[in-house]
Amino acid sequence: MTKPALRLENIVKTFPGVRALDGVSFEVLPGEVHALMGENGAGKSTLMKVLGGIHQPNEGRILVGEEPVVMTNPLEAKAKGIVFIHQELSLAEELTVAENIYLGELPRKSFGRVDWAKLHAQTNEILKKLKVGFDARTTVGSLSIANQQMVEIARALTVDAKAVIFDEPTASLTDAEKVVLFEVIEDLRNDGVGIIYISHRMEEIFKITDRISVLRDGQYRGTLVTAETTEDEVTQLMIGRSLDLSRNHEHAELGDVALEVRGLSCGDLYRDISFEIRRGEVVGFYGLVGAGRTEIAETLFGLRAPSAGQILLDGQEVHLHSPADAIERGISLVPEDRKGQGLVLGMNCRDNMTLPQVGDLTAGPFVSDGAEVAIFDQYRDKLDIRTPGWRQLVGNLSGGNQQKIVIGKWLSMHPTLLIVDEPTRGIDVGSKSEIHKLIRQLASQGYAVMVISSEMPEVLHVSDRIVAMYHGELIRTFTSDEVTEDSLIQAISGIRAEGGGKAA
Amino acid sequence: MMAPGRLSTFLRSGAIWAFIALELAFFSIAGQFLSASDTAFLTWDSLLLLLKQSAPLGIIAMGMTLVMVNGNIDLSVGAIFALAAVILLDSMTWPFMAAMGDWSLPLAWVFALLVGVALGAVNGFLVWKTGVDAFIVTLGAMLGFRGLVFMYNGEQPTSHLNWTLVDFAEAQFLGLHTATWFLLLVTVGMWWLMNRTVHGRNAYAIGDNREAAVNAGIRVGPHMMINFMIIGFLAALSAVVFYSETGSVNPNDGMLYELWIITAVVLGGTKLTGGSGSIVSTLGGVLAIQILRRGLNHIGADTSTVNLVIGLILIAVLFLDRQLNVKGKEALRI
Repeated sequence: MTKPALRLENIVKTFPGVRALDGVSFEVLPGEVHALMGENGAGKSTLMKVLGGIHQPNEGRILVGEEPVVMTNPLEAKAKGIVFIHQELSLAEELTVAENIYLGELPRKSFGRVDWAKLHAQTNEILKKLKVGFDARTTVGSLSIANQQMVEIARALTVDAKAVIFDEPTASLTDAEKVVLFEVIEDLRNDGVGIIYISHRMEEIFKITDRISVLRDGQYRGTLVTAETTEDEVTQLMIGRSLDLSRNHEHAELGDVALEVRGLSCGDLYRDISFEIRRGEVVGFYGLVGAGRTEIAETLFGLRAPSAGQILLDGQEVHLHSPADAIERGISLVPEDRKGQGLVLGMNCRDNMTLPQVGDLTAGPFVSDGAEVAIFDQYRDKLDIRTPGWRQLVGNLSGGNQQKIVIGKWLSMHPTLLIVDEPTRGIDVGSKSEIHKLIRQLASQGYAVMVISSEMPEVLHVSDRIVAMYHGELIRTFTSDEVTEDSLIQAISGIRAEGGGKAA
Repeated sequence: MMAPGRLSTFLRSGAIWAFIALELAFFSIAGQFLSASDTAFLTWDSLLLLLKQSAPLGIIAMGMTLVMVNGNIDLSVGAIFALAAVILLDSMTWPFMAAMGDWSLPLAWVFALLVGVALGAVNGFLVWKTGVDAFIVTLGAMLGFRGLVFMYNGEQPTSHLNWTLVDFAEAQFLGLHTATWFLLLVTVGMWWLMNRTVHGRNAYAIGDNREAAVNAGIRVGPHMMINFMIIGFLAALSAVVFYSETGSVNPNDGMLYELWIITAVVLGGTKLTGGSGSIVSTLGGVLAIQILRRGLNHIGADTSTVNLVIGLILIAVLFLDRQLNVKGKEALRI
């Protein structure tokens, strides 16, 4: 039996009021690609911070090879041979590849001068190993994201890496770039490095990993051998029960057409988009990242001017120049990035909920506290928002409750159309199904709802109709009764239905 | 009321008043041994004078709090202050104004205040429409407006003493000087604006998360322009109150005001990045600086020492604030 490259024994990490890691143990063998999976909040990022020396565990040990190590900062972790390839790149764009790779440890000559010849020679040697098409003198800012990631990987190779941790490495890569990345990972594996691979994408996990370890609620739930398991088994382990994501067949009674879009285009982002949403209907927009779905939502919310086409609300053509215009006409957006675009984290729950309409809740020139609290109370009860009170800062709520605040914010203004972009991103499983239920309820109450989601089960679960998009084009619209997973995947890969026609 | 994390709010707003108490105690005791004069540091008259002397900076600092909570900054207030003063004093000598006798006084005030609002509108409009950072825009405005002051009268002071105006400025009502009353009125008015009106709520929201504010339908550009007009108005109001009494303005007057004002606002706990700050604490910051200046004078320190001490205290306070905040955040970073 080979000795593990990296081994965690019974790691416990607590924060005030939270047991973020509760006795996590697992090991990575040299020459193994080991997937680490878990829902958001399962403890993956905390575990990585422990491994990276950012957090210190309250209990347990970390062993590199057979030697227990204690790391108090990221530099020490790197010195022990634990190297991270982060999802967010941290490179100095104005510097060259070589300067980035050896940042902080540039080779020197006398009087503190940089030994450029040695620097470039060393760098080019590493780059050759990675088989990349740029050299040491290239400015990092001029490289594609994929190549910048290669620079990060090259940086990892400057030390004698025992374990390399990839955190969602394919999030912003094209398919071709992924192939190159997987080759690099394969090479690392053949060199006997232990690799921890964190990803949500089952397909990748099953393609490149040897074993899969699963975390849930801060606890280690087990390790599966990739070749002997199934996606279902992994999911079960991750969420602890099977999630009800059956197909939606309960249609609410349809009302008039609330939104009609005719031939809408916006430069290269999306072209000639036409669809309609009726009151009482949930229309799901499904496609890959970059298919143009969010951009359509932004146009409907007045954030992005279209280059051609019409938007009709209740049969009237509207021109939307700002979110203020859109809100006035009854269009609301629950944005993709809840914290960055949807909430004012330093404000309390009530003020966030009443933000768009606070101008109407006045007594004379002043804001009426009573009217605001009344609205908050009403929607807290309606949406079952769990918070100690309206004074609670929104930043302190859980993701699910934050999302309900954003939804409540718009519902209290009785919109015609509610656009929800990635309704359950970063929300735990329990709250997920609550949000799904809520979306169905809204439809039955007569709202027109547009849901953008990158999760197929979610789209299938909440939608009455599903619009499939590919590279800015609307490929096909399915009803929930006719759609199949295969046909949906084909559509979002740009394959049109038999007959090749574009359904509207 | 905004109620972000009650304990930290309490610490923030309470700390500046504790600091003031400490100052008063220190100078009262140190004054016993070191005082250049025989008078005690804390007397009723010296307190009244302190308030009066706090007014010129204090009135503008209230506007600066609004602008900084909004996530912007205004470096041109000193220049606006000087230009408004020049207009106030010079306009009273214009022939048609002189012909009106004392009736020209309110008109002169209005002229000066309008100039302040107009200059603020220029700043706000540029920030809104060009998208250039407020720091850069108002840095340019600071130089440009100061240039206008010099163009107006060269290096010469602009003077016009009107005794009716002087009497008004020196009057005491219920014991407080005219300038103090203006400071108090502006403080109360701005407190209401920031805590009780829609405009104030939006100011905090924009400063905290501008994108979310836009997505909530707040028209950020016009909102920020109004704030720059308000601070322009307050800079002019400060000039009007101050120069009604002195009757003479040098083209260099009001220089470095912006830095003193920002110091006071930051001492009061307003965040440079926006989203958080309080009018009442800003008043505390203004008073703290004024007490420090007077107190150091009282124990015989010269101006350079005063500046050195205030600079050190500012950095120390911000360092402490940062330490406290970092500690609070670690627990949340799960």
